[in-house]
Amino acid sequence: MTNSFTDYKNTDIFLIIGSNPAEAHPMAMRHIGKAMEKGAKMIVVDPRFTKTAAKADIYVPLRPGTDISFLYGLINYAIENDLYQHEYVLNYTNASYLISPDYNFADGLFSGLEEKDGKLSYNTASWAYQKDGDNIKKDPTLQDPQCVWQIMKKHVSRYDIKTVSQVTGTPEDILRKAYPAYCESGKPDKAGNLIYVLGITQHSYGTQNTRATTMVQLLLGNVGMPGGGVNPQRGQSNVQGACDMGMLWNNITGYLNVPDATKHPTYKDYLAVETPKTGYWSNKPKFLASLLKAWYGEKATKENDFCYDWLPKSDGKDHSHMSSYVSLAEGHIKGVFCWAENPSVAGPDASNEAKALENADWMVCVDLFENETAAFWKRPGVNPADIKTEVFVLPGALIYESEGTRTNSSRNIQWRWKAVEPPGQARSSLWIADRIFKAVRQEYRSGGKFTDPVLNMVWGYDKPGQEEPDIEKIAIEINGYNVADGRVLGTFGDLKDDGSTACGVWVYAGYYYVDPNEQNLLLKVPATKRHGTEDKSGLAVFPKWTFVWPLNRRIVYNRCSADPAGQPWNPKKAYMSWDGTKWITNDVPDFGITDATTKAPIPPEKTANAPFIMLPEGQARFFNPSGLKEGPMPEHYEPVESPVKNLISKQQNNPMAKRWGGEFAKLAETGSKEFPYVATTVHYIEHYQTGVRTRNSPLLVELMPEQFATISPTLAGKLGIKPGDEIFVSSARAEIKMKANVLPIVKPLIVNGSPVEIVSLPWSWGYMGLSKGAVGNDLTPFIGDANVVVPEYKAFLVNIRKA
Amino acid sequence: MKKYISRRDFFKYLGVGAAGAALFGGVGATPALAGENLPSFEMGPFKLKKTTETASGCPYCGCGCSTIVYSENDKVVFIEGDPDSPINEGTLCPKGAALPDIHNFVNKKRQRVLNPNRLTKVLYRAPGGTKWEEKTWDWAIPEIAKRVKKTRDEHFEAKDANGVTVNRTMAICQMGSANINNEEDYLINKLMRGALGVVDLDHCARL
Repeated sequence: MTNSFTDYKNTDIFLIIGSNPAEAHPMAMRHIGKAMEKGAKMIVVDPRFTKTAAKADIYVPLRPGTDISFLYGLINYAIENDLYQHEYVLNYTNASYLISPDYNFADGLFSGLEEKDGKLSYNTASWAYQKDGDNIKKDPTLQDPQCVWQIMKKHVSRYDIKTVSQVTGTPEDILRKAYPAYCESGKPDKAGNLIYVLGITQHSYGTQNTRATTMVQLLLGNVGMPGGGVNPQRGQSNVQGACDMGMLWNNITGYLNVPDATKHPTYKDYLAVETPKTGYWSNKPKFLASLLKAWYGEKATKENDFCYDWLPKSDGKDHSHMSSYVSLAEGHIKGVFCWAENPSVAGPDASNEAKALENADWMVCVDLFENETAAFWKRPGVNPADIKTEVFVLPGALIYESEGTRTNSSRNIQWRWKAVEPPGQARSSLWIADRIFKAVRQEYRSGGKFTDPVLNMVWGYDKPGQEEPDIEKIAIEINGYNVADGRVLGTFGDLKDDGSTACGVWVYAGYYYVDPNEQNLLLKVPATKRHGTEDKSGLAVFPKWTFVWPLNRRIVYNRCSADPAGQPWNPKKAYMSWDGTKWITNDVPDFGITDATTKAPIPPEKTANAPFIMLPEGQARFFNPSGLKEGPMPEHYEPVESPVKNLISKQQNNPMAKRWGGEFAKLAETGSKEFPYVATTVHYIEHYQTGVRTRNSPLLVELMPEQFATISPTLAGKLGIKPGDEIFVSSARAEIKMKANVLPIVKPLIVNGSPVEIVSLPWSWGYMGLSKGAVGNDLTPFIGDANVVVPEYKAFLVNIRKA
Repeated sequence: MKKYISRRDFFKYLGVGAAGAALFGGVGATPALAGENLPSFEMGPFKLKKTTETASGCPYCGCGCSTIVYSENDKVVFIEGDPDSPINEGTLCPKGAALPDIHNFVNKKRQRVLNPNRLTKVLYRAPGGTKWEEKTWDWAIPEIAKRVKKTRDEHFEAKDANGVTVNRTMAICQMGSANINNEEDYLINKLMRGALGVVDLDHCARL
């Protein structure tokens, strides 16, 4: 999230798309409600009339998978009716940049499409900025046909209200109400808050969906504003933190790309390829050197490139969840650690994923309860004697049975103290990881393959008199310290590329730092442990409530909260303002306010042209010249399983969507007669994700005892189904059984003249636990987003029949 | 509810210990409820009075609500939202409110018992086995380490086909987790990627 939950109170209008906070993020809904009490409006875009939609000023039903059409319709409407934020677009985005004259777009495909060995990819040369030496060519009048603004304008002009309505199934009159309502936030002093979650991301073009949301927010001048922003609400208590910690195949930690054998065979290559000349990432060598120093300690020296070669290098292929499962199915992966995760319920085409685990020699599962992944060898329909995988199940600890931090959606790193011991032999994951490492190191003392990192890794977390590793030492290592004297660093600005600093996760620098200037003794603790409740600005910043990365900055890109001259767009909610001689700040600025050497204030015009500090060009991208896999701008494609042909172009699906063969290739054809209904997966407030904990909570099971799919009264009438009847839901992958709920929260949408029925399918159930049910993800397709390989859970085809 | 949490209590659950207690000896003399027409702690049996308060959080969605866990004899008796948190301001949703259940609850005989479904022992299932065997940590950890070493050593690539040093194994995969603490993830990443050379490392951010 660019902004925070508490900041929602500053919002004038919410656009909630692909998110149901009333059930999935109840506390976010509370802040939305508080804003609405003060007059904020809410538009909810969702295939279902959710509990959130029930509170909306405008409810916009749309067919699953058509978000880009809806959002492009909005962009087109704002441009055609001149409702966008002119000054913001001109100054803070790349609207004026000129794109290569070779750029072209025709019938759903961008220029540069190449085919090699039957695989499609784009050559991005024709998407590049035009340059004059090092300088990008621009047209501040926005009239040049090759400028981003004109290209975008032409690109979205195909998405007029009539066309959008035909694609999305949203009645035209609703679009005519929703679009102008949200365009209100294009007024400079109005803040529009765009909230999304997995309804946007879990598509074969999910990354482009998220880009479309950002384009809307840039066009209306909402990024960097209090009450504005692009706010994807994270689904788990520490999904943000796990990403920050580098629990992603493509990042080491802190969003540093993993070394790749082709791109970066040496340390020098890595720095050359990965370090841009401008923007904040130009400091990358400091982050990587400090990380290697934190991991390999004294062995990491400048002379040996800080042991860069000790890190594994990727083979250039995808190694995310789905690819790892394909690797398992093909027999390449022999050992599996499944740590507080339950892919046998959470993964796409889940029954095939469970089958793939049979190819592993061994698996270690850590969880609080026996989950469906640990129990995969006794799942319904298999003979345990046939499954050779050895399984170790290690009992883990709950949040209040362990100590440490978790990072919420708005990057808030909050320390959690331990209240009680984990039951029986259960142990914290900190203890388990520490013991496994030590045992592995013991094994390698007598030799083995490449023992250097195993024997030499910095691993001294023992604390006399206690079983648990010394978490303070780990926290300081993550935070960063000065190697010579162990001094805890206050910011990542202190990091060096010469090996004199060590820092495990550069973005967390400062989280375990005690501010020496703090006068309040209660708050003179490591920043993440602070519980300060003051809010001097009145803008719900709460700067001393724990710590927010980066640098305790609550709203990122906050230079954009003021105009180029430094005057706040909304004087009543001044976040950053230039008083003529200096900056008045209500948050940690993410732009220079004083010169580092002279200490003189930096006037606003110096930072007005580069408010997006993480980008080399400093201005936000409507058009991405390096591109995503399927283009420099989003384009509407149909979900891989769709009831209809693409009405926008001849290109039916995202040409770069990730697909696999063999067992994982089972798909329904476009317009399938066998699977005529569109399904989308959903949550209820009482059950969380795969339900491992909530389905073992007597209280929650009493509140929501069993699983049910929801269908419309029209579909129920057609199939003779009454509420409470048992039904079979089937897809090209599997057939599962559950009860039916019949409610008009889903209604058939008229898509290009024909009704499309929608099925709401909960996926939090499985065959273990106190409340058992079918695995919803047995039905979902094994199709991934082109860029980040998120499965296409939110739009696929099913059939329904009475059991 | 918010008023019941004085700064003194805040210090108690911060775990500052004796220093905190000494520091707040004076402050505690002024009840937080002074001047307000609300019952004091002394007016009746207050079941949470004897409990230990600990500042913790909710492990469910990404909102990041803070909790106060009230425990007695190593059992959780009550959990409420932390009124100091600007995120949840003392409130919790149904999942958060039901959090004690995951550790313990009161059964039909009115006894506070551990959640019987919780894993409290190391379990092992042998190849082709039809049931779990209960094991100890002392057995399991070295056994796991042996398998890690065997698989890594059998499938370790020092160099790739082009002669580039890659020092990796693509035969071990690490999944998770968004449901444990940062410091725990950090250690797991260090172990898997930094020591063992694991490439297939991902968590449920995509799921």
